[in-house]
Amino acid sequence: MLASLLAQADWVAPTIDWHALAPELVLVVGINVILGVDLLIDESKKWAIATMTGFVMLGALVPVVTLAVVGDDSRSMFGGRYVVDEYALILKALFLLTAYIIILMSQTELEEGGYYQGEFYVLMVASVLGMVMMSSARDLVSIFVALELLSIPAYMLAAWNKRDVKSNEAGVKYYLLGVFASAILLYGMSLLFGTANSTLLTDIGASLVDGELVGLQVVGVVFVICGFAFKISAVPFHSWAPDTYEGAPTPVTAFLSVASKAAGFVALATIIFVAFPGASDVYEPLVWVLAALTMTIGNVLALRQTNIVRLLAYSSISQSGFILMPLAFAGNERAAGSALNAVVVYLLIYALTNLGAFATVIAVSRKTRSGEISSLGGLFGYAPGLAVAMTIFFASLAGVPPLGGWFAKFNSFRAVLDAETTAAYVLATIAAVNTVIAAGYYMRVLRVIWVEEAPDGDVSPVRIPTPIVTALGITAVGTIVLGVLPGLVARFGDLQDLTGAFAP
Amino acid sequence: MEILTDSASNWILSVGVFLPLLGVLAMMFVPKTDEVLIKGIGIATAGATLAVGIVTLILFDYDKSGELQFFVDAEWIEVINSRYVVGLDGISVGLYILSMAVTFLTMVYSWNNMPAAGNPKAFFSLMLILQTGMAGTFVAQDLILFFVFFEVVLLPMYFMIGVWGGEDRKYASLKFFLFTMFGSAFMLVAFLALYFQTGAESFGFAHLIEMGQSIDHDVQVWIFAGMFLGFAIKVPMFPFHTWLPDAHTQAPTEGSVILAAILLKLGTYGFVRIALPMLPEGAVEWAPVIGILAVIGIIYGALGCLAQTDMKRLIAFSSVAHMGFVMLGISTLTPLGINAAIFGMVAHGLITGMLFFLAGSIKHRYHTLEIKRLSGMLLQMPRLGWILGFCAMASLGLPGLAGFWGEFPAILSAYSPNFGLSEELFRTLMVVAAIGTVLAAGYLLWLYQRTAFGEVSEEFSGPTPHPVGAGVNDDPHHDHQADIHDVTPIEWIAWTPFLITIVVLGVYPQLLFGVMDQPVIDLVDRLGVALG
Repeated sequence: MLASLLAQADWVAPTIDWHALAPELVLVVGINVILGVDLLIDESKKWAIATMTGFVMLGALVPVVTLAVVGDDSRSMFGGRYVVDEYALILKALFLLTAYIIILMSQTELEEGGYYQGEFYVLMVASVLGMVMMSSARDLVSIFVALELLSIPAYMLAAWNKRDVKSNEAGVKYYLLGVFASAILLYGMSLLFGTANSTLLTDIGASLVDGELVGLQVVGVVFVICGFAFKISAVPFHSWAPDTYEGAPTPVTAFLSVASKAAGFVALATIIFVAFPGASDVYEPLVWVLAALTMTIGNVLALRQTNIVRLLAYSSISQSGFILMPLAFAGNERAAGSALNAVVVYLLIYALTNLGAFATVIAVSRKTRSGEISSLGGLFGYAPGLAVAMTIFFASLAGVPPLGGWFAKFNSFRAVLDAETTAAYVLATIAAVNTVIAAGYYMRVLRVIWVEEAPDGDVSPVRIPTPIVTALGITAVGTIVLGVLPGLVARFGDLQDLTGAFAP
Repeated sequence: MEILTDSASNWILSVGVFLPLLGVLAMMFVPKTDEVLIKGIGIATAGATLAVGIVTLILFDYDKSGELQFFVDAEWIEVINSRYVVGLDGISVGLYILSMAVTFLTMVYSWNNMPAAGNPKAFFSLMLILQTGMAGTFVAQDLILFFVFFEVVLLPMYFMIGVWGGEDRKYASLKFFLFTMFGSAFMLVAFLALYFQTGAESFGFAHLIEMGQSIDHDVQVWIFAGMFLGFAIKVPMFPFHTWLPDAHTQAPTEGSVILAAILLKLGTYGFVRIALPMLPEGAVEWAPVIGILAVIGIIYGALGCLAQTDMKRLIAFSSVAHMGFVMLGISTLTPLGINAAIFGMVAHGLITGMLFFLAGSIKHRYHTLEIKRLSGMLLQMPRLGWILGFCAMASLGLPGLAGFWGEFPAILSAYSPNFGLSEELFRTLMVVAAIGTVLAAGYLLWLYQRTAFGEVSEEFSGPTPHPVGAGVNDDPHHDHQADIHDVTPIEWIAWTPFLITIVVLGVYPQLLFGVMDQPVIDLVDRLGVALG
């Protein structure tokens, strides 16, 4: 019966490239295994789940590596809707590695807090699965599914401290605004689908032609970009970020501000380069304004923060502005190549640095039990190693050579100036001023660490759990090495790596 | 055989630049409490670095000082066409060695003069990182490499001021950091603009010098403006100088010495090495502005000095004035002026560095630097008093000492500026600058008169020292008398090389002029060709 139905519908089963799908499959199997083990395992042995999740992430990384080694050409599936190219691979690697580091950071926090460990990791793997899919999705529907798959577990993770009012607030705010943004995005997508009669990004790309855009298409493009602007917490869609970041458990905050944000950028970059090259008249000014607002307002508000996590929240908003900046010139034939490269390289370096910054905050707050910046006083005296690590990460965020951040910022500037238009020079100048403003608050934190006395006079040394030490080690070494030898990552995100991208 | 020596001497610059980092690495494995070992490692590393520098000096071919020597061109960041290019020529050799010598001697001085906050491990590590940044800036021949080294010094100096500084150190350190960061952000934009305007092929100096002159006139002026901001803040030129008095006054002695002796030169060096040769037309347009601001700096700095009540702050303001002479020399775009400027950089490094050492030692003894409380130093500590006198003379530009050869030719060169720059303007500037030297003599002699001459003030002339070992040293409010003693052996070791070099360069300036003359003439010739 089924066979005859299939025959009538003239349906051919798609050929599936199992190797290309292996990372996703490992994660899917991982989700089920973790869920199963969590049911069977004794409460006192729940710690093993974190280790297991870590192995799932590393396990999923294996096919990514083999694909990179084997693959010379991109693997396209489902009629071009799901593509595994070099662009997708480097981002998958980024998401999996980020998730691994975040698991290291969450481990002790969850064990000691008596949280629901099994469920936590299942949700996190599910969210990572969404991100990994996002890097390959080349179709409006698969992008949307990936986005929801990565967002919905994140809403729950944000509210994980369920007895803490702030955490509840974090979850609800994130959820409500997230759903709102999804609706806008979906509406925009439906308009694009309506005019292009296809959900495939390349088809939409063919239907959009600068100068001949109809009103519906303009609205569609604007709505799609605004929908993602929420995800990457671009001003004026950022209002959820500080509260959510502050209320959520700190490892989750790290997850949101690095992985989830990166996923938003990946989707945005894919759409802009594959579907919107013909709509550059619409999205370029929009992104220009978003970038300028995001970096400026994020920075100015960060100046006033007294809570370290809120400070990092605003700093991550302003960093979004820097990542967004080159996309404002993605349609410029000179700057297009370096724009995609700038976004990918920035995401890679920013992930390491920001994760490190959060790891230090987690380590310190284990002792100080406070999120206030002033509570960091005296750190250099009683925990010099931690103080130096924090210095590395904050200085890298500020963009001080020879730490990773400088190259990310530099590359962003380079991509913008490559356009050689007045708009580019103006935006670069705004960004230059913002670099200085940002240095103001990053340095203020460092000053507290190095100069001030411990506020409560407690100078007993900090005991840092091994997983966090590992996380700190990976991120600190990564930040320094990428600062001195940025060539290691600088070639990623080449325009040719992104299949179907607009090639000037 | 020849190839062997070549390859052997080619990596000598890289060794000289990165050796200090090895010392930092070694120090990380020493417990914080083992201060003697830490200081030992630090000084040994700086000494080894200086030794490498001296070997470089010996291997340097002085007949070819116009060419880059020990040249290395290796792959670095291929994607952005930036390469690891280092080389040394007559313009940079003096500053390169100076940076090594100053770091080494400052560390020797710190042996028993650690600032109050203690923690030699961090202090010595920061100085070594600083050393890498400074030496790297002087050998870098690639714009991005230069930028990275230029910025490397930022954080260590920020912490040096912030942690080991005086009472107002928080304000001063942040001000220092933000000012410099502001400049470098625009400098970076200017570098990138230059890169794209020259065809986005390379960040190498040689390429940019060759291609830069063909950029449109107006674009050159704009790019020069960006670089000007970055370098002028570092120099610092009036009106960007306001971070300097604060930073100097609050910095620990060692920080002040390194700041004055080397860090300020990064800015002037940038003008000579990057801004002028790469943007000839921009340089000609900006030269009058630079000249005017330089002379304002000379007069303003001098007047500022006259108003100071704190000795260290006075020396800081004198730096503004002295760097004004350096910038005036550069702005004339003449071989004489630029030669004078580079000589002035080295001389100012030695003399002002020495003055800051003295200020630190005086503070150590009297616990104050307030000029009106100090007097009769010559009676109480004759040797220290004489050294102060010597340095004050050198600083005011007394012929026969190094300071003279930085100032006098700079003023002289303003008489006939190059490339059609307005003679009226520059001759006016010359006259005003000359008045500046008179003021310099005024404030320095006045300072010397007030602090060294006269009777020892009541406050510090108490009865003969307390019996040794009576525990008085533990009391913070004990009679100052116990701390007042003449120059210590460690100070002699740290200072003698400075004093000797000041005399040697003063008596035989050809030593330095001879090395840098050729590259400077080449530089100006290239400017001439570019400007047609």
